Amino acid sequence: MKEINCAVIEQAVARLCQQANIELGEDIVRAMQQALANEPAPAGRAVLEELIENAALARRERLAICQDTGMAIIFVKIGQDVRITGGILTDAINAGVSRGYREGYLRASVVSDPLLRVNTGDNTPAVIHYDLVAGDALEITVAPKGFGSENMSAVKLFSPSAGVEGVKHFVLETIRNAGSNPCPPIIVGIGLGGSLDKCTELAKTALLRSVGEYNPQPHLRALEEELLEAANQTGIGPSGLGGRTTALAVHVEAYPTHIASLPVAVNMSCHATRHASVTL
Amino acid sequence: MNKIQLELPLTHEAIKDLKAGDLVSLSGVLYTARDAAHKRLIAALEQGEPLPIELHNQTIYYAGPCPAPPGRPIGSAGPTTSGRMDAYTPRLLEQGLIAMIGKGMRTEAVVQSIVQHGAIYFGATGGAGALLAQRILQATVVAYADLGAEAIRKLVVEDFPVVVLIDSLGNNLYESGPAAWAEKPRD
Repeated sequence: MKEINCAVIEQAVARLCQQANIELGEDIVRAMQQALANEPAPAGRAVLEELIENAALARRERLAICQDTGMAIIFVKIGQDVRITGGILTDAINAGVSRGYREGYLRASVVSDPLLRVNTGDNTPAVIHYDLVAGDALEITVAPKGFGSENMSAVKLFSPSAGVEGVKHFVLETIRNAGSNPCPPIIVGIGLGGSLDKCTELAKTALLRSVGEYNPQPHLRALEEELLEAANQTGIGPSGLGGRTTALAVHVEAYPTHIASLPVAVNMSCHATRHASVTL
Repeated sequence: MNKIQLELPLTHEAIKDLKAGDLVSLSGVLYTARDAAHKRLIAALEQGEPLPIELHNQTIYYAGPCPAPPGRPIGSAGPTTSGRMDAYTPRLLEQGLIAMIGKGMRTEAVVQSIVQHGAIYFGATGGAGALLAQRILQATVVAYADLGAEAIRKLVVEDFPVVVLIDSLGNNLYESGPAAWAEKPRD
Protein backbone atom coordinates (compact mmCIF):
# COMPACT_ATOMS: atom_id res chain seq x y z
CA MET A 1 0.00 0.00 0.00
CA LYS A 2 1.43 3.35 -1.04
CA GLU A 3 0.12 6.61 0.37
CA ILE A 4 -0.09 9.71 -1.84
CA ASN A 5 -1.10 13.01 -0.33
CA CYS A 6 -3.61 15.31 -2.02
CA ALA A 7 -1.17 18.24 -1.75
CA VAL A 8 1.27 16.32 -3.97
CA ILE A 9 -1.50 15.56 -6.47
CA GLU A 10 -2.66 19.20 -6.58
CA GLN A 11 0.89 20.40 -7.21
CA ALA A 12 1.41 17.81 -9.97
CA VAL A 13 -1.82 18.68 -11.76
CA ALA A 14 -1.05 22.42 -11.59
CA ARG A 15 2.34 21.82 -13.19
CA LEU A 16 0.91 19.52 -15.89
CA CYS A 17 -1.74 22.12 -16.86
CA GLN A 18 1.02 24.63 -17.55
CA GLN A 19 3.39 22.18 -19.22
CA ALA A 20 0.70 20.89 -21.57
CA ASN A 21 -0.51 24.35 -22.54
CA ILE A 22 2.93 25.86 -23.09
CA GLU A 23 5.10 23.04 -24.47
CA LEU A 24 3.78 21.49 -27.67
CA GLY A 25 4.78 17.83 -28.03
CA GLU A 26 7.94 17.18 -30.04
CA ASP A 27 6.02 14.53 -32.00
CA ILE A 28 3.62 17.19 -33.30
CA VAL A 29 6.38 19.71 -34.08
CA ARG A 30 8.20 16.99 -36.04
CA ALA A 31 5.02 16.08 -37.91
CA MET A 32 4.50 19.73 -38.88
CA GLN A 33 8.12 20.01 -40.07
CA GLN A 34 7.64 16.90 -42.22
CA ALA A 35 4.36 18.29 -43.54
CA LEU A 36 6.07 21.57 -44.42
CA ALA A 37 8.70 19.69 -46.41
CA ASN A 38 5.93 18.04 -48.46
CA GLU A 39 3.38 20.88 -48.69
CA PRO A 40 3.21 22.40 -52.18
CA ALA A 41 0.60 25.13 -51.49
CA PRO A 42 2.19 28.54 -50.69
CA ALA A 43 -0.62 29.58 -48.31
CA GLY A 44 -0.47 26.19 -46.62
CA ARG A 45 3.30 26.44 -46.22
CA ALA A 46 2.98 29.90 -44.68
CA VAL A 47 0.52 28.61 -42.07
CA LEU A 48 2.73 25.63 -41.17
CA GLU A 49 5.73 27.94 -40.80
CA GLU A 50 3.69 30.19 -38.48
CA LEU A 51 2.55 27.25 -36.34
CA ILE A 52 6.09 25.88 -36.00
CA GLU A 53 7.37 29.35 -35.05
CA ASN A 54 4.42 29.78 -32.67
CA ALA A 55 5.28 26.55 -30.84
CA ALA A 56 8.92 27.59 -30.41
CA LEU A 57 7.92 31.08 -29.25
CA ALA A 58 5.39 29.73 -26.74
CA ARG A 59 7.99 27.40 -25.22
CA ARG A 60 10.69 30.10 -25.10
CA GLU A 61 8.50 32.90 -23.72
CA ARG A 62 6.33 30.66 -21.50
CA LEU A 63 3.12 31.63 -23.28
CA ALA A 64 0.16 29.42 -24.05
CA ILE A 65 0.46 27.81 -27.50
CA CYS A 66 -3.14 28.84 -28.16
CA GLN A 67 -5.41 31.21 -26.22
CA ASP A 68 -7.98 28.43 -26.06
CA THR A 69 -6.26 26.67 -23.20
CA GLY A 70 -9.14 24.28 -23.26
CA MET A 71 -11.29 22.43 -20.82
CA ALA A 72 -9.00 20.27 -18.71
CA ILE A 73 -9.64 16.63 -19.63
CA ILE A 74 -7.85 14.45 -17.12
CA PHE A 75 -7.10 10.74 -17.27
CA VAL A 76 -6.20 9.06 -13.99
CA LYS A 77 -4.88 5.53 -13.71
CA ILE A 78 -5.00 4.66 -10.05
CA GLY A 79 -3.23 1.55 -8.83
CA GLN A 80 -5.45 -0.40 -6.49
CA ASP A 81 -2.64 -0.50 -3.95
CA VAL A 82 -2.63 3.29 -3.68
CA ARG A 83 -4.25 5.09 -0.79
CA ILE A 84 -5.07 8.79 -1.17
CA THR A 85 -4.51 10.82 2.01
CA GLY A 86 -5.26 14.37 3.05
CA GLY A 87 -8.49 14.84 1.15
CA ILE A 88 -10.60 13.72 -1.81
CA LEU A 89 -8.82 12.86 -5.08
CA THR A 90 -11.32 14.68 -7.33
CA ASP A 91 -11.08 17.81 -5.19
CA ALA A 92 -7.28 17.72 -5.30
CA ILE A 93 -7.32 17.45 -9.09
CA ASN A 94 -9.70 20.39 -9.44
CA ALA A 95 -7.62 22.43 -6.99
CA GLY A 96 -4.61 21.68 -9.19
CA VAL A 97 -6.45 22.83 -12.31
CA SER A 98 -7.51 26.05 -10.57
CA ARG A 99 -4.00 26.80 -9.41
CA GLY A 100 -2.32 25.75 -12.66
CA TYR A 101 -4.54 27.96 -14.79
CA ARG A 102 -4.41 30.99 -12.49
CA GLU A 103 -0.67 30.88 -11.86
CA GLY A 104 0.10 30.07 -15.48
CA TYR A 105 -1.94 32.97 -16.93
CA LEU A 106 -4.03 30.44 -18.84
CA ARG A 107 -7.53 31.35 -19.96
CA ALA A 108 -10.52 30.38 -17.85
CA SER A 109 -12.90 28.92 -20.43
CA VAL A 110 -15.44 26.98 -18.38
CA VAL A 111 -19.00 28.10 -17.60
CA SER A 112 -20.83 26.65 -14.63
CA ASP A 113 -23.99 25.70 -16.51
CA PRO A 114 -24.45 25.11 -20.24
CA LEU A 115 -27.58 27.27 -20.34
CA LEU A 116 -26.91 29.92 -17.68
CA ARG A 117 -23.29 30.33 -18.85
CA VAL A 118 -21.45 32.05 -16.01
CA ASN A 119 -17.67 31.63 -16.15
CA THR A 120 -16.32 29.76 -13.11
CA GLY A 121 -13.21 31.95 -13.26
CA ASP A 122 -10.56 29.27 -12.76
CA ASN A 123 -11.29 26.72 -15.50
CA THR A 124 -12.79 24.22 -13.06
CA PRO A 125 -14.27 21.71 -12.98
CA ALA A 126 -12.18 19.34 -15.07
CA VAL A 127 -13.61 16.34 -16.91
CA ILE A 128 -11.97 13.40 -15.14
CA HIS A 129 -11.76 9.79 -16.33
CA TYR A 130 -10.73 7.28 -13.66
CA ASP A 131 -9.33 3.86 -14.39
CA LEU A 132 -8.50 1.39 -11.63
CA VAL A 133 -5.39 -0.61 -12.49
CA ALA A 134 -2.95 -3.02 -10.85
CA GLY A 135 -0.02 -1.78 -8.80
CA ASP A 136 0.79 1.09 -6.45
CA ALA A 137 1.32 3.99 -8.85
CA LEU A 138 -0.91 6.96 -9.71
CA GLU A 139 -0.62 8.12 -13.31
CA ILE A 140 -2.19 11.45 -14.21
CA THR A 141 -2.51 12.83 -17.74
CA VAL A 142 -3.76 16.38 -18.32
CA ALA A 143 -5.10 16.96 -21.82
CA PRO A 144 -6.41 20.52 -22.29
CA LYS A 145 -8.97 20.36 -25.13
CA GLY A 146 -9.84 23.35 -27.29
CA PHE A 147 -13.45 23.59 -28.38
CA GLY A 148 -13.07 25.12 -31.84
CA SER A 149 -12.20 21.58 -32.85
CA GLU A 150 -14.29 19.82 -30.19
CA ASN A 151 -17.43 21.42 -31.68
CA MET A 152 -16.70 19.82 -35.06
CA SER A 153 -16.70 16.29 -33.61
CA ALA A 154 -19.46 13.78 -34.36
CA VAL A 155 -20.80 10.45 -33.18
CA LYS A 156 -23.03 7.95 -34.92
CA LEU A 157 -24.28 4.47 -34.06
CA PHE A 158 -24.40 2.52 -37.29
CA SER A 159 -25.94 -0.85 -38.03
CA PRO A 160 -23.22 -3.50 -38.40
CA SER A 161 -24.07 -3.71 -42.11
CA ALA A 162 -22.49 -0.27 -42.62
CA GLY A 163 -19.11 -1.97 -42.19
CA VAL A 164 -15.73 -0.33 -42.65
CA GLU A 165 -16.98 1.60 -45.69
CA GLY A 166 -19.64 3.25 -43.55
CA VAL A 167 -17.01 4.19 -40.99
CA LYS A 168 -14.71 5.70 -43.62
CA HIS A 169 -17.50 7.68 -45.23
CA PHE A 170 -18.62 9.09 -41.88
CA VAL A 171 -15.09 10.11 -40.84
CA LEU A 172 -14.36 11.84 -44.13
CA GLU A 173 -17.75 13.55 -44.15
CA THR A 174 -16.99 14.87 -40.64
CA ILE A 175 -13.58 16.15 -41.76
CA ARG A 176 -15.05 17.84 -44.86
CA ASN A 177 -17.91 19.41 -42.91
CA ALA A 178 -15.43 20.75 -40.38
CA GLY A 179 -13.37 22.41 -43.11
CA SER A 180 -11.38 25.31 -41.70
CA ASN A 181 -13.17 25.45 -38.33
CA PRO A 182 -11.03 23.01 -36.28
CA CYS A 183 -7.78 24.81 -37.25
CA PRO A 184 -6.20 22.27 -39.61
CA PRO A 185 -3.76 20.56 -39.66
CA ILE A 186 -5.90 18.37 -37.45
CA ILE A 187 -5.40 15.22 -35.44
CA VAL A 188 -8.42 12.94 -35.63
CA GLY A 189 -9.28 10.58 -32.78
CA ILE A 190 -11.68 7.81 -33.71
CA GLY A 191 -13.45 5.49 -31.32
CA LEU A 192 -14.96 2.31 -32.73
CA GLY A 193 -17.23 0.00 -30.79
CA GLY A 194 -18.37 -0.09 -27.18
CA SER A 195 -21.51 1.90 -26.43
CA LEU A 196 -22.49 5.54 -27.04
CA ASP A 197 -20.40 6.69 -24.08
CA LYS A 198 -17.54 4.23 -24.58
CA CYS A 199 -16.87 5.10 -28.21
CA THR A 200 -16.59 8.83 -27.45
CA GLU A 201 -14.18 8.09 -24.61
CA LEU A 202 -12.11 5.91 -26.97
CA ALA A 203 -12.00 8.76 -29.50
CA LYS A 204 -10.70 11.12 -26.82
CA THR A 205 -8.15 8.56 -25.65
CA ALA A 206 -6.96 8.15 -29.24
CA LEU A 207 -5.82 11.79 -29.16
CA LEU A 208 -3.32 10.96 -26.40
CA ARG A 209 -1.29 8.70 -28.65
CA SER A 210 1.96 10.14 -30.04
CA VAL A 211 1.78 11.26 -33.64
CA GLY A 212 3.68 8.75 -35.74
CA GLU A 213 2.53 5.75 -33.72
CA TYR A 214 -0.09 3.40 -35.16
CA ASN A 215 -2.64 1.03 -33.73
CA PRO A 216 -0.86 -2.33 -33.25
CA GLN A 217 -3.74 -4.22 -34.91
CA PRO A 218 -3.03 -4.50 -38.65
CA HIS A 219 -6.61 -3.85 -39.83
CA LEU A 220 -6.89 -0.74 -37.66
CA ARG A 221 -3.48 0.55 -38.73
CA ALA A 222 -4.55 0.09 -42.35
CA LEU A 223 -7.70 2.09 -41.62
CA GLU A 224 -5.64 4.88 -40.00
CA GLU A 225 -3.30 5.08 -42.98
CA GLU A 226 -6.12 5.07 -45.52
CA LEU A 227 -8.10 7.76 -43.67
CA LEU A 228 -5.02 9.96 -43.26
CA GLU A 229 -4.29 9.81 -46.96
CA ALA A 230 -7.92 10.52 -47.83
CA ALA A 231 -8.06 13.45 -45.40
CA ASN A 232 -5.03 14.97 -47.08
CA GLN A 233 -6.64 14.62 -50.50
CA THR A 234 -9.59 16.84 -49.55
CA GLY A 235 -7.59 19.96 -50.38
CA ILE A 236 -8.69 21.71 -47.15
CA GLY A 237 -5.07 22.30 -46.16
CA PRO A 238 -3.53 24.28 -43.28
CA SER A 239 -6.04 26.78 -41.85
CA GLY A 240 -8.44 25.60 -44.58
CA LEU A 241 -6.72 27.90 -47.11
CA GLY A 242 -5.98 25.01 -49.45
CA GLY A 243 -3.19 22.45 -49.52
CA ARG A 244 -2.22 18.85 -48.98
CA THR A 245 -1.80 18.95 -45.20
CA THR A 246 -5.26 18.67 -43.68
CA ALA A 247 -4.45 16.07 -41.01
CA LEU A 248 -1.22 15.17 -39.23
CA ALA A 249 -2.58 11.89 -37.90
CA VAL A 250 -5.66 9.69 -37.66
CA HIS A 251 -5.74 7.47 -34.56
CA VAL A 252 -8.26 4.67 -34.17
CA GLU A 253 -9.05 2.91 -30.90
CA ALA A 254 -11.49 -0.01 -30.75
CA TYR A 255 -13.44 -1.95 -28.12
CA PRO A 256 -15.84 -4.90 -28.26
CA THR A 257 -19.42 -3.90 -29.02
CA HIS A 258 -22.99 -5.21 -29.13
CA ILE A 259 -24.18 -7.56 -31.92
CA ALA A 260 -26.64 -4.87 -33.02
CA SER A 261 -24.30 -1.90 -33.39
CA LEU A 262 -21.22 -0.30 -34.95
CA PRO A 263 -20.63 2.85 -32.87
CA VAL A 264 -18.27 5.45 -34.37
CA ALA A 265 -17.06 8.62 -32.64
CA VAL A 266 -14.86 11.19 -34.37
CA ASN A 267 -13.09 13.57 -32.00
CA MET A 268 -11.56 16.45 -33.93
CA SER A 269 -8.48 18.15 -32.56
CA CYS A 270 -6.25 20.93 -33.83
CA HIS A 271 -2.44 20.83 -34.11
CA ALA A 272 -2.39 21.88 -30.43
CA THR A 273 -3.38 18.41 -29.28
CA ARG A 274 -1.90 18.83 -25.85
CA HIS A 275 -1.19 16.32 -23.14
CA ALA A 276 1.28 15.93 -20.30
CA SER A 277 1.61 13.05 -17.86
CA VAL A 278 3.21 12.21 -14.55
CA THR A 279 3.46 9.02 -12.51
CA LEU A 280 3.41 9.48 -8.73
CA MET B 1 3.57 37.67 -52.01
CA ASN B 2 3.92 41.22 -50.70
CA LYS B 3 1.71 42.25 -47.84
CA ILE B 4 -0.66 45.16 -48.24
CA GLN B 5 -0.21 47.62 -45.37
CA LEU B 6 -3.42 49.15 -44.03
CA GLU B 7 -4.21 51.51 -41.16
CA LEU B 8 -7.08 50.92 -38.74
CA PRO B 9 -9.81 52.06 -38.63
CA LEU B 10 -10.37 51.01 -42.24
CA THR B 11 -12.32 52.86 -44.92
CA HIS B 12 -14.48 51.42 -47.70
CA GLU B 13 -12.07 53.04 -50.15
CA ALA B 14 -9.14 51.14 -48.60
CA ILE B 15 -10.77 47.71 -48.78
CA LYS B 16 -12.81 47.80 -51.97
CA ASP B 17 -9.99 46.45 -54.15
CA LEU B 18 -8.83 43.75 -51.72
CA LYS B 19 -9.32 40.24 -53.07
CA ALA B 20 -9.79 36.92 -51.31
CA GLY B 21 -6.31 35.50 -50.74
CA ASP B 22 -4.56 38.89 -50.38
CA LEU B 23 -2.15 39.09 -47.45
CA VAL B 24 -2.69 42.22 -45.38
CA SER B 25 -0.85 43.79 -42.47
CA LEU B 26 -3.05 45.84 -40.15
CA SER B 27 -1.90 48.61 -37.79
CA GLY B 28 -4.02 50.70 -35.44
CA VAL B 29 -7.03 50.16 -33.20
CA LEU B 30 -9.47 47.26 -33.23
CA TYR B 31 -11.82 45.61 -30.74
CA THR B 32 -12.14 42.05 -29.49
CA ALA B 33 -15.61 40.54 -29.10
CA ARG B 34 -16.76 36.94 -29.09
CA ASP B 35 -19.85 34.93 -28.14
CA ALA B 36 -21.02 36.52 -24.90
CA ALA B 37 -20.14 40.10 -25.94
CA HIS B 38 -22.01 39.67 -29.22
CA LYS B 39 -25.07 38.45 -27.35
CA ARG B 40 -24.99 41.59 -25.18
CA LEU B 41 -24.40 43.94 -28.12
CA ILE B 42 -27.44 42.55 -29.92
CA ALA B 43 -29.53 42.68 -26.72
CA ALA B 44 -28.56 46.36 -26.36
CA LEU B 45 -29.64 47.06 -29.96
CA GLU B 46 -32.95 45.30 -29.36
CA GLN B 47 -33.55 47.38 -26.23
CA GLY B 48 -32.71 50.56 -28.14
CA GLU B 49 -29.76 51.19 -25.83
CA PRO B 50 -26.51 52.77 -27.03
CA LEU B 51 -23.66 50.36 -27.75
CA PRO B 52 -20.59 50.59 -25.48
CA ILE B 53 -18.40 51.06 -28.58
CA GLU B 54 -19.01 52.97 -31.80
CA LEU B 55 -18.94 50.41 -34.62
CA HIS B 56 -18.77 52.74 -37.63
CA ASN B 57 -15.80 51.65 -39.79
CA GLN B 58 -14.44 49.60 -36.92
CA THR B 59 -12.91 46.12 -36.97
CA ILE B 60 -13.90 43.33 -34.59
CA TYR B 61 -11.43 40.58 -33.78
CA TYR B 62 -13.15 37.37 -32.66
CA ALA B 63 -10.82 36.58 -29.80
CA GLY B 64 -10.78 35.79 -26.10
CA PRO B 65 -7.15 36.20 -25.02
CA CYS B 66 -5.27 34.58 -22.18
CA PRO B 67 -4.62 36.82 -19.16
CA ALA B 68 -1.57 39.07 -19.54
CA PRO B 69 1.53 37.67 -17.83
CA PRO B 70 3.59 40.26 -15.91
CA GLY B 71 5.30 42.73 -18.24
CA ARG B 72 3.11 41.96 -21.24
CA PRO B 73 0.04 43.75 -22.60
CA ILE B 74 -1.81 40.51 -23.30
CA GLY B 75 -1.47 36.74 -23.22
CA SER B 76 -1.85 34.38 -26.15
CA ALA B 77 -4.44 35.92 -28.48
CA GLY B 78 -5.37 34.04 -31.63
CA PRO B 79 -8.73 34.01 -33.41
CA THR B 80 -11.73 31.95 -32.37
CA THR B 81 -14.24 30.26 -34.71
CA SER B 82 -16.23 33.03 -36.43
CA GLY B 83 -19.24 30.91 -37.33
CA ARG B 84 -20.60 31.14 -33.79
CA MET B 85 -21.06 34.88 -34.33
CA ASP B 86 -22.96 34.43 -37.62
CA ALA B 87 -26.38 34.86 -36.04
CA TYR B 88 -25.36 38.32 -34.79
CA THR B 89 -23.10 39.59 -37.55
CA PRO B 90 -25.60 41.11 -40.04
CA ARG B 91 -27.00 43.35 -37.26
CA LEU B 92 -23.51 44.67 -36.51
CA LEU B 93 -22.70 45.22 -40.18
CA GLU B 94 -25.88 47.33 -40.33
CA GLN B 95 -24.35 49.43 -37.55
CA GLY B 96 -21.35 50.21 -39.73
CA LEU B 97 -18.92 47.46 -38.72
CA ILE B 98 -16.51 47.30 -41.66
CA ALA B 99 -14.27 44.30 -40.94
CA MET B 100 -14.06 41.12 -38.94
CA ILE B 101 -11.00 39.03 -38.12
CA GLY B 102 -11.50 35.38 -37.20
CA LYS B 103 -11.18 31.90 -38.56
CA GLY B 104 -13.54 29.47 -40.20
CA MET B 105 -16.54 29.47 -42.47
CA ARG B 106 -19.44 31.95 -42.47
CA THR B 107 -23.06 31.38 -43.42
CA GLU B 108 -24.44 32.50 -46.75
CA ALA B 109 -26.46 35.17 -44.89
CA VAL B 110 -23.25 36.67 -43.53
CA VAL B 111 -21.58 36.58 -46.95
CA GLN B 112 -24.59 38.41 -48.43
CA SER B 113 -24.46 40.96 -45.66
CA ILE B 114 -20.71 41.50 -46.21
CA VAL B 115 -21.40 42.20 -49.90
CA GLN B 116 -24.40 44.41 -49.16
CA HIS B 117 -22.40 46.60 -46.80
CA GLY B 118 -19.09 46.50 -48.68
CA ALA B 119 -17.42 44.95 -45.64
CA ILE B 120 -14.64 42.37 -45.41
CA TYR B 121 -13.76 39.20 -43.50
CA PHE B 122 -10.12 38.59 -42.65
CA GLY B 123 -8.51 35.45 -41.26
CA ALA B 124 -5.72 35.22 -38.73
CA THR B 125 -3.97 31.89 -38.25
CA GLY B 126 -5.89 29.73 -35.80
CA GLY B 127 -3.56 28.21 -33.23
CA ALA B 128 -0.88 30.90 -33.58
CA GLY B 129 -1.98 32.77 -30.44
CA ALA B 130 1.49 33.28 -28.99
CA LEU B 131 2.81 34.64 -32.28
CA LEU B 132 -0.16 36.98 -32.84
CA ALA B 133 0.13 38.34 -29.28
CA GLN B 134 3.55 39.77 -30.25
CA ARG B 135 1.76 42.14 -32.65
CA ILE B 136 -0.52 43.54 -29.96
CA LEU B 137 1.00 46.59 -28.27
CA GLN B 138 -1.81 47.57 -25.91
CA ALA B 139 -4.98 45.97 -24.58
CA THR B 140 -7.66 47.74 -22.54
CA VAL B 141 -11.01 46.37 -21.42
CA VAL B 142 -13.64 48.86 -22.59
CA ALA B 143 -16.90 47.00 -21.95
CA TYR B 144 -18.43 43.98 -20.19
CA ALA B 145 -15.46 43.49 -17.85
CA ASP B 146 -17.43 40.85 -15.93
CA LEU B 147 -17.12 38.54 -18.94
CA GLY B 148 -13.41 38.02 -18.28
CA ALA B 149 -11.75 36.66 -21.42
CA GLU B 150 -14.95 37.50 -23.31
CA ALA B 151 -14.94 41.21 -22.37
CA ILE B 152 -14.63 43.76 -25.19
CA ARG B 153 -11.01 44.89 -25.40
CA LYS B 154 -9.59 47.77 -27.35
CA LEU B 155 -6.34 46.60 -28.91
CA VAL B 156 -3.59 48.61 -30.50
CA VAL B 157 -1.90 46.38 -33.06
CA GLU B 158 1.12 46.77 -35.29
CA ASP B 159 1.67 44.77 -38.47
CA PHE B 160 -1.04 42.32 -37.46
CA PRO B 161 -0.96 39.62 -40.17
CA VAL B 162 -4.23 38.61 -41.81
CA VAL B 163 -5.44 37.11 -45.08
CA VAL B 164 -8.59 38.17 -46.91
CA LEU B 165 -11.03 35.26 -46.53
CA ILE B 166 -14.17 36.90 -47.94
CA ASP B 167 -13.76 40.11 -49.92
CA SER B 168 -16.32 42.87 -50.40
CA LEU B 169 -17.61 41.16 -53.55
CA GLY B 170 -18.21 37.89 -51.71
CA ASN B 171 -15.28 35.91 -53.13
CA ASN B 172 -14.41 33.22 -50.61
CA LEU B 173 -10.90 31.85 -50.11
CA TYR B 174 -12.34 28.83 -48.25
CA GLU B 175 -13.96 27.82 -51.55
CA SER B 176 -11.22 28.70 -54.02
CA GLY B 177 -8.24 27.58 -51.89
CA PRO B 178 -9.23 23.97 -51.13
CA ALA B 179 -10.77 23.51 -54.60
CA ALA B 180 -7.37 24.23 -56.12
CA TRP B 181 -5.65 21.53 -54.06
CA ALA B 182 -8.23 18.74 -53.82
CA GLU B 183 -6.95 15.59 -55.50
CA LYS B 184 -10.34 14.37 -56.53
CA PRO B 185 -13.84 15.83 -56.63
CA ARG B 186 -16.09 15.49 -53.62
CA ASP B 187 -18.09 12.32 -53.72
